[in-house]
Formats: sequence, C-alpha cells, structure tokens
Amino acid sequence: MHAFEYHRPKSMKDAVSLLRKVENAKPLAGGQSLIAALKLRLASPAALIDLGGLEELRGIKLDGGTLNIGALTRHSEVASSKDVAIGIPALARLADGIGDRQIRNQGTLGGSLANNDPAADYPAAVLGLGATINTNRRAIPADKFFTGLFETALKPGEVIVSVSFPLPKRASYVKFRNAASRFALVGVFVSESAGTVRVAVTGAGKDGVFRAKNMEKRLGENFSAEAVAKTKVSPDNLGSDVHASAEYRAHLVNVLAQRAVAAAVAGK
Amino acid sequence: MNAPLIGQSIKRKEDARFLTGAGQYTDDVVLPGQTYACFLRSPHAHARIRSIDTAKARSAPGVVGVFTGEDLAAAKVGGLGCGWLITDVNGQPMKEPPHPSLAQGKVRYVGDHVAIVIAETLHQARDAAELIAVDYEVLPAVVKAGDARKPGAPTLHDDAPDNTCYVWSIGDKGAVDQAFSGAHHVTTLEFINNRLVPNAIEPRAAVASYSRADDAYTLYVANQNPHVERLLMTGLLGLAEHKLRVIAPDVGGGFGSKIYLYAEDVVVTWAAKQLNRPVKWTAERSESFLSDAHGRDHVTKAELALDKNGKFLAMRVVTTANMGAYLSTFASCIPTILYATLLAGQYTTPVIYCEVTAVFTNTTPVDAYRGAGRPEATYVVERLVETAARELKIDPAEIRRRNFIREFPYQTPVALLYDTGDYEATLAEALKVADVAGFDARRKDAERQGKLRGLGYSTYIEACGIAPSNVAGSLGARAGLFEAGEIRVHPTGSVTVFTGSHAHGQGHETTFAQVVADRLGMPIENVDIVHGDTGRILFGMGTYGSRSIAVGGTAIMKAIDKIVAKGKKIAAHMLEAAESDIEYAGGTFTVAGTDRKKTIAEVAFAAYVPHNYPLDKLEPGLNESAFYDPTNFTFPAGSHICEIEIDPDTGQTRIVNFTAIDDFGKVINPMIVEGQVHGGLAQGIGQALLEGCVYDPETGQLLTGTYMDYAMPRADDLPSFKVGTRETPCTHNPLGVKGCGEAGAIGAPAAVINAITDALWSRGVRDIEMPATPERVWRALQTKPAKKSA
Repeated sequence: MHAFEYHRPKSMKDAVSLLRKVENAKPLAGGQSLIAALKLRLASPAALIDLGGLEELRGIKLDGGTLNIGALTRHSEVASSKDVAIGIPALARLADGIGDRQIRNQGTLGGSLANNDPAADYPAAVLGLGATINTNRRAIPADKFFTGLFETALKPGEVIVSVSFPLPKRASYVKFRNAASRFALVGVFVSESAGTVRVAVTGAGKDGVFRAKNMEKRLGENFSAEAVAKTKVSPDNLGSDVHASAEYRAHLVNVLAQRAVAAAVAGK
Repeated sequence: MNAPLIGQSIKRKEDARFLTGAGQYTDDVVLPGQTYACFLRSPHAHARIRSIDTAKARSAPGVVGVFTGEDLAAAKVGGLGCGWLITDVNGQPMKEPPHPSLAQGKVRYVGDHVAIVIAETLHQARDAAELIAVDYEVLPAVVKAGDARKPGAPTLHDDAPDNTCYVWSIGDKGAVDQAFSGAHHVTTLEFINNRLVPNAIEPRAAVASYSRADDAYTLYVANQNPHVERLLMTGLLGLAEHKLRVIAPDVGGGFGSKIYLYAEDVVVTWAAKQLNRPVKWTAERSESFLSDAHGRDHVTKAELALDKNGKFLAMRVVTTANMGAYLSTFASCIPTILYATLLAGQYTTPVIYCEVTAVFTNTTPVDAYRGAGRPEATYVVERLVETAARELKIDPAEIRRRNFIREFPYQTPVALLYDTGDYEATLAEALKVADVAGFDARRKDAERQGKLRGLGYSTYIEACGIAPSNVAGSLGARAGLFEAGEIRVHPTGSVTVFTGSHAHGQGHETTFAQVVADRLGMPIENVDIVHGDTGRILFGMGTYGSRSIAVGGTAIMKAIDKIVAKGKKIAAHMLEAAESDIEYAGGTFTVAGTDRKKTIAEVAFAAYVPHNYPLDKLEPGLNESAFYDPTNFTFPAGSHICEIEIDPDTGQTRIVNFTAIDDFGKVINPMIVEGQVHGGLAQGIGQALLEGCVYDPETGQLLTGTYMDYAMPRADDLPSFKVGTRETPCTHNPLGVKGCGEAGAIGAPAAVINAITDALWSRGVRDIEMPATPERVWRALQTKPAKKSA
C-alpha cells in the first residue's frame, strides 16, 4: 500500500470536518474492501478517517414497524441479533452468509452500502426491503441510493449513520455463489409487505443491484414460485465476465427468484 | 527390541514446530543489513522495449540499486536454461530461445521481469518501481495453444518463427493407422486440459547474501531441490559450485512450482554481490499468479480403436502443448516423456501413437505441476475408455477388466516396462467401497428429487521416480536422476540422516525417520532428518514426481546397509567373533546362536572412542553415505470412483462420494499417505470443477489473477473421501515402495468428468470442458447435440 495519514475521530462532527478538510480522504468502516484495495495499490487515498470510534453508529433497534441498524454494525452482529431474527429473519440469514467468519466479524452494514460492490449482499436487502439510508445530512430512499457500479448517492463528506428497514410480511434471500470469490454470482432478495412486492437482484446487473419490476408485478398478483417461473428475465442489462455469461445470469435470476419466493412462502 | 515402525501411522514429527509457529520459512530469514527487492513486471503480454528510464527510481528515497536486462547482459549473466533436450521428428533439437532473467529487447508475457529495484525498505522499493518509465511498443499477442501456429500469429522469438518449440512423436504410426482402419468401433474425443495455477500456500521467496570474506554466496530460497538450483545458478553466474550455498528451509508447498530456477532467484543472488548487501524478495500473491510456472494447458484429439468385444486395438493421440513464453526448467519433458509414455494406462492396448507439438505463447511459462504429464495422459486414456464403454454399451468396469494388464513385467508400446501391479484388485475393492451395486437405487432417488446422478471411473497408472539416469540421458535429460543419503550415527547412538529429498509438506521428517528407526532398531525420537541445505547434504536431486521414498528412501536404505556392515566388523572385534557370525536385528549385534551381543550405541561409542578397535583394518567413526540410481520407474496405480449429483436448474455439480483405492506398494505411514491422497484428490477435483486459468485472448492479460477470480477447491467443495490401499510391492527397491504424492491429482479429473458425462449421457451430452462450471453444465443441458453416428 502507499503511505497515508490515519485519523480516528471521536465524534461525527470531527469525522465530517476531517472528511471536508483533508484532501482525498476516505472514510474507513470495517475495511474489508478498502484495506484490500489499499494493499493491492488499487486505491491510494491521502488519508483514512476511521469511523470505528463513533459509538453512535452502532447498534440494532426494533422500533414498532421498523428495524434500525447502525452503519457500523458488524455483519456478525446482524446475523446473531434477536431483534433482526424477530423483525426480518431473512436479513439475519443474509448477514450470516456474507463472506467468511473473519469478514463477518469485521465488515459493516454501512461500509458495504457505501462501497456498493455489484456482487455484495446488503444492497439486495436494502433495495429488496425498500429501506431508508440515513446519513448525517438526510434520509435517502433505497431506490435513489444505488446509482451504479461502486457508485451511490452519497455526496463528499456525507456519512451513513443508520439504515431503517420497514418490516415485511415475509421475505427471503437466495444466493448462488461465485466459486472463486464466494460473492453472489447472482443473489435475489424477495419481500412482500402490505400489497407491495419487491424483488432486488445483486451480482447480475451491469450497473449493480436492481429491481426486477416485471417479477414484482406478477408476484403482486400471485405470490408464488410458479408466477416467477413464467417471467422472462432479459440478459440485456446483465453482466458477462469470466465467471458467467449474461444469459446464464438471467437464467439464475429466474431460478433463484423462484427459490426465494418458495422459501418466503414456506416461512424459511 | 522395538515394535516395527514401518506401516505405523506415527504422528508427524515436524508438526510441533509448524503448529506452534516455529517453522522457519525463507521470508522469516532476516540478515544484517538486509535490503528489499521489488520486480517491475511487464503490464503487456507482448511488447518491444524501446527504452527504460530508471533515473527517478535511482534517486528515490532509500533506493540502493536498480538493474535492468542491460545490466545483466553487460555482466554476462547467462539466461535461464532448460534441463531436458527434446529431439524432434526430424532429428533436430528443440528450439531453446534465450530466456534472460530480466527482459532484453522484448517482454513476452504479463508479469515478465523488466527491472529490479532494491531499497532499504520494501515500501521504498515498491514506490520507486512505480517511478521507472518504460517505453513499450505493444505488439499483438497469442495466448491459446491452438492459435500459436496459425498463419499470421505474432512471433514471440526470432529463433522460432512459427512459435514451435518441437514436434515430437512416439509409437508406430503405421501399425496404429492400420489397426484403426480395420477396427469395429472408434471412439473420438477432442478436449482441452485446462491450464492451472499452482498456488502453494507459501509464495516464492529468496534471500541472497554475498560474503567478501570468502568470496561466496548464500541463497535462502523456497525451493524443492536446492542442489539442482545451485547447479543451474552457478552455471548462469559463472561460479564454482563451492562458492554458492543454497538453503531451502521450511517450504510451504511446491506441487512442482518450486522445482525450477526462476529469474528472481538469479537476479537477487547476482545483485547481492553488486551491492554487497543481502537482498530479500518475497512474492506477493498476485506475483505468484503471474510468475509461478503454470501447469497443464493441452489441446488434444484422442482416438481409441476397439473390436466388437470392447478389446482395445490401438490408440492415436495428437496434442498441442502450451509452453508459455519461454521454456521453464523442465517444461519440454512434461508433455513428452512424462505424458505420451503413460498412454497405455492399465491396459494391453497393443499399439499406440502420440504426436506432440509444443508451442510458445504470450503466457506464463508452463512446467510440471502435481502429476506433470501423467494427469493429462490419464485424462486422455480414462475419458476414452469410459466413453467407448458407453458407446458400446459395456459396463465401464467390465470394459476395463477386459483390457487390464495381468502379467508382469509388462512392456508397453510406449517405452515403459511395468514391474508389478494388480489392477483387478484395486478395482474390485473400489467397486465395493463405493457401493456401485447400490448406485442405480441412489440414482433413482435423486431423479425423484429432480437431480441427476452420475458415476465415473478412473483406473489410472503413473510412473514415479523417473529413472534410470543413463536411459533418461539418452532421451535428452541434462541431469542425473539419482538421490543421495547419508547416515551419521553419533557416539551415543542417536542418528542424523542427511537426504537430498526435500520436504515441503510431505512429512519426510517422519516417514524417513520411521524407515531408519525401524531398520536400525531404535526409537524414532533418536532419528532426525536433515534436508534442504547444500552446505550440509552431500548431494541431492530433490523432490518431484513422487520420487522421495522410492529414490531418496532407497539411498538411505543403502547407507543403512553400509552402517550395519561396518557395525558388524566393529562388533565382531568387540565380541571376539568372526564377522560372518554377527547378526544385526532390533538395534543389536549378536553372535549367531549365542547371547553375546552389543547394542548399536555401544558399537557407535567404540567407533568414536576407538580404544578397543581394529584401527589397523578399519577407520574410526560410523558415518556412511550412498547414492542410488533406480533401475526403473515405479508404477503406482489405482481405481478412483466418483459419484456426483447435478442440480439441472443451476448446473451445479456436487460430489457426493469419492472413492480412491490406490496401490502405492509398501506404505510406510498410512496416515501421511492418506493425507497425500486427500490433497491430491482436492487438486484433481479442483481441476475438474473449479480451477481454470484464463487469459484475455486479445490482450493476453491474466483474467484469473486473484482468488476473487481463480477458484481454488475448499473443504466444502469436497466430500469426505473414502480411501484405501492395496499393496503390490515394487520389485526393484528394497522397501517395495512406489510413491503417493501425485496419485490423487492424476486420477481424479477423469473420474469427475466421467461421472458428469454419465449423469448427462441420457440427455445427449458426450463431453464437458474442464472446469465443469455450473454454467458449462447448464449449457450442456440446454443444447441437444446431433446424435453421433457410431
């Protein structure tokens, strides 16, 4: 890695002020993507602003119809949280399937969302549940947050504070792993809540996570695997690389959506 | 007297140090005044170097030296050579284009070495390397073996205008063609044997130092055969051998990739003298992907001719082998001597012809990787045999039985002379352990759950402990193929064994100690094994080709015989008996038929404190060495049976059962052997299902250069293996051993692919390319190929 400055602010105010003042500074959350990029010299920020000291960014709270999770909450904490298990069990299982044990003990929800890796799991849950991303400045609806490959609506100096997940009636996430990276080759998150069905797909889209709206429409009429099976998925906007063609990814989107719906129906 | 140690699953002596972090690997070596090296590598697959500007790097903080190919040329440092001369079909020597350790004029693959930057710290070296400006004229690249000889393909080396290293053949083509023309049935397959990246857990590393006091070098290096490294290196640097000590300390896996002399080793050794400072280089994982010699990469058309009873009449194989951009140390003999000679497999196929074309491409050099030629050969034979069985509707086990070699010794039509084996026995045992009888029921169960099950066989043979030296020499080997060992019995009876066989995961420190302790009749704790240091070991050819116990172990046995012979002389003197009356057993020299005896410790003490000793007839001391050059290869063989289940919705293959019954001859430590088989199977299954090295066909960029993109097998990709051994002792070494290190990787790929094609056969699928990824399986299920005319 290249040399860089390291700051560990004690308050959000200090963190934001450092991010504004220090040129080419990057916020550091769990570091599970950023540190690897630094080691490979693929990223060379002049400074890292470590958010690890900001206690207000941690924690999980089930509040009426909403599950609030702090941005610095680790994947393993989400996976083992009673509140998550009660509120959105599919989210707990998703968190339990991210990376490996070391990554789950270190990686954070906010870090994953801000990075918006096109094969990450959390973006599928956030989009598939219609969650809201709360930053130090505003509340951003999931539909407006993910803007492209490794791109989000976050502005310079803007830091994710927490994410508010509305509780669905039922939901499920099914992923087909890339044999090498174990990231999602394709992952499909399905949720149903009072008349609304959301289907979010990760791993497959050329521009990152997206909603499969034709599936949502059919599932809105008939929430069953059979309804999904009849839905065509176009490979047009899907990625094609050394791991899978767009055509195969399109096929997997359909298969995994069927499985996710079946699991949601079965309450798994 | 001790219980016998040979055949016991003794826990590994070396594990205490490895598990407690006390292992000493090359990167752990820290020398006073040590500097750190970073290699600037080519970002292009093929380019002419117009100029290199190192001025900024030289003046960067901490930099103590920057060298390029020009510097090496000026210092007359020789190029990297190849250790096996293949003579082509026209009697001409293979093409051996120059392979400078730092590029001169051109770079020929992504990762090719352009410059070395040496600094006080690693970060300084890396930062400075980024300051070197290289003006490249980028040239078109060719990466696929099948494209290298196409008209208009870019030429890598002026010496080989058609990118051809050699065209070589073995066998009687006329007889083979004739047998095919009259055959009842011909099975034909065309396939690619996928390129693999070795991925030893310890990346390559080297620490070189030069001593002005004795004008000599010391090189610590992650290497499998330090004496060979020394021999080759001193040739390049124009040194006498006693001026270079090569130490390969603890080494974390090799799988072949650490046999070779690499550019980095040469440059850091040379630079250590230029700077009069020790120089350390440790590969980053990305460098390992780019610069460790890769494995396999064949394109093959293979045909098997059969009569109506399924008897094999002839085999015809045409292979193009990718050598990469340059010839690595043993690259040339892998797709020839270690491949085509194995095409008889376990069968009596009377005539075989194989033609191999070795080509240069803009890719990382290819050389031996676990199995080295033999996995490729086994894949050809076993895919053909299984496919023929299905085409002729003969049970795959039965077609093998009809063709097994049953009488030994057996001379194959492709040069090898098998000494012993019992192929029927390993197959029968494997059929039982794999519960093949119950397979149909399991397949029906799977069908009910929407899954496709398949069963695949691979009854492989391998040739280990390549030998003898004089025959290999007549075939082009430029090195000997013997091994050396030395036994030092210390004055109070403990023993140090010095062996030229290097251990980097194989457990030699235990296995060899078992052999010595067993034969000398002493506790295993009294025996230590020393390896990996040209300064301590008399000589050695190192570890490759599953040769260590068969060749290195035999050298040790010969040294033991000498110890016992001398011990008898000493004991005879001490016991006042005739030497011919002395018997040795269980650590004790006894006068036959009496209770008069001396322990080996007493004899050793007398040898070193020779007060009552036949000094007029016998030298003091108890230290013996031996060299052993085998009279033949050994021929481990076995039966692998793989059972898989496919999810047709996703194309995902899961291995539900894998049985391996192997004949390694006499087994010294069953636990270690089982571990070796497990590791080999994991690598073989990795090749079949997961691992595939992919280059961009246009740019020659390595697309699978990290673990994010290159899929290594992990524990959850593998079943709990069912393994066992049958023993037919090797007939030409005293332990009856054959070797076990590569068997898993040799047998497994064909078994897995045969299982997958079995599952898909009824859906019209005849072949699937390795690695059989979910997408490939899914695609095979989508396309119904036109029915082949028989």
